[in-house]
Amino acid sequence: MSVNTDFAGRTMAPAGPFPVDADLIAQFAAAVGASDPIHTDAVAARARGYRDVVAPPTMAVRFEQQAQAAYVGDPDAGIDFSRVVHGEQAFTHHRPIVAGDEITGTTTVTSIREAGGHAMITVTTELTDADTEPVCTAVSTIVVRGGD
Amino acid sequence: MALSRTDVGVGDTIGPLAVPVTREALVAYADASLDRNPIHQDEEFAKGVGLPDVIAHGMWTMGAASSVVAAWAGDAGRVEQFRTRFTAMVVVPRDGAEVEVRGVVKSIDDDGRATVDVSVSAEGTKVLGRCTAVVRLDP
Repeated sequence: MSVNTDFAGRTMAPAGPFPVDADLIAQFAAAVGASDPIHTDAVAARARGYRDVVAPPTMAVRFEQQAQAAYVGDPDAGIDFSRVVHGEQAFTHHRPIVAGDEITGTTTVTSIREAGGHAMITVTTELTDADTEPVCTAVSTIVVRGGD
Repeated sequence: MALSRTDVGVGDTIGPLAVPVTREALVAYADASLDRNPIHQDEEFAKGVGLPDVIAHGMWTMGAASSVVAAWAGDAGRVEQFRTRFTAMVVVPRDGAEVEVRGVVKSIDDDGRATVDVSVSAEGTKVLGRCTAVVRLDP
């Protein structure tokens, strides 16, 4: 089965809202060796002007990938997940994710390019908060390897 | 405390810093990120699909690199942009592995945003390519 290029330009149904709490932030921070006290200490975070403890910059991927599932998990998209390799990743934070946020993610299939039997797919996910204000724009490029 | 513009100049370096990675850390990362692909946890499975051994999540490596940049910035909330390509795998044998993270300030714009080129290698091989962070500095 090959990747369905008809999905290029399509925006998928939003995923979420995903609640963000202090335990999750502490867990993610520990897993990536993030030692800034603002990840675990609400007093330290507030002293720097944040509403509550702050997520490490790459924690947005947790919400991005749940939103992406609306695309990569769609049987009509033709993506064999066992052949997927993560090619590129970019985050632009409009503000940091903090405990208490309710994050919704909406994924758009930006482009699908086929080359040398592989498909290079770029997807853009807009993460927004409970007030629908922008939080993070996450862009991933995934490579679906062709048959051997 | 976040770095201020007067603290930072083009050409300033970060690290090199050796960051250890264990299989336990990858399990913790899998739980925190929800990326539970067994190639990052199960040696038998990884070898069964042709990999040399368990490999780290590319996003773990990116996360570890962002932690080094954030520690340099003095405030993790100041890392406004972070991007990379994934160019090679980080193999994590039973007794663990290590990645080396370093950075250099490439430019500082008029709004006080520093662009940092980040390099990450494992066993002497570059594992992230075109990895850059944008950090907002204090005036």
